[in-house]
Amino acid sequence: MNQKHWYDYLWIVSAAYLILGFFNILFAWLGLLCFFIPLILSVATGQKSYCNRYCGRGQLFSLLGGRFGLSRRQDIPGWMKSKAFRYGFLVFFFLMFFSMLWNTYLVFTGMKSLSQAVTLLWTFRLPWHWAYHGTLFSPGVAQFAFGFYSVMLTSTVLGLVTMVLFKPRSWCVYCPMGTMTQLICKAKNACTSK
Amino acid sequence: MSPTKRRAVVDQAVCVACGCCVKVCPLSAIRVERGLYAAVDPARCVGCGKCAKECPASVIRMEEVAR
Repeated sequence: MNQKHWYDYLWIVSAAYLILGFFNILFAWLGLLCFFIPLILSVATGQKSYCNRYCGRGQLFSLLGGRFGLSRRQDIPGWMKSKAFRYGFLVFFFLMFFSMLWNTYLVFTGMKSLSQAVTLLWTFRLPWHWAYHGTLFSPGVAQFAFGFYSVMLTSTVLGLVTMVLFKPRSWCVYCPMGTMTQLICKAKNACTSK
Repeated sequence: MSPTKRRAVVDQAVCVACGCCVKVCPLSAIRVERGLYAAVDPARCVGCGKCAKECPASVIRMEEVAR
């Protein structure tokens, strides 16, 4: 069997990230690493090395669904692996992300007041005031943290649901970061093969 | 009748290149090619089927091929 590497334990980081968000929402900012590292790696190397090696969330799903058996291990429905769904989900995710950024901007400018809540599945507003202990800078910094944590928690919940229903790492099929990095690799290949 | 062997075949058009198959392959016979899709090394693959079982998109199937 393949040998274990340091990066096979990054699921601990992912789990810690989710837990820290329950104590101080400002930790949510660290989640930006999960956005920038995959993009930088794919742009720089033309590989999906983040997905292939370093994705802690994928490891967490494969641990819970695989080792702990919390998965039915059924095939994912055909439409969920279609390009239409994957690209559609990426666009939807982007729209929701930009609406979150807009909301943050409004709080930065003072046009809106800080909302100490985490929005789950873009719909359900969960009170999250216990994880807010003030911020040294603008309340907008905290608003971004609440918004970003909402994105991370929502995608984790979706991933957990499909982990249980289908294969452990079903999230990888429609993960917006995975779709995006694959598109970057495609673009890079189209350029180099010309 | 010619002898056959079992081998993993990836439907590369729908592969998401996540690399789950690479992690479970006991013979390092599969790898992700340029971040695009997984590719099987037919010389190394012994057709154990671990990758097909692991693949979250279920795009790997086992096939009987001529030796």
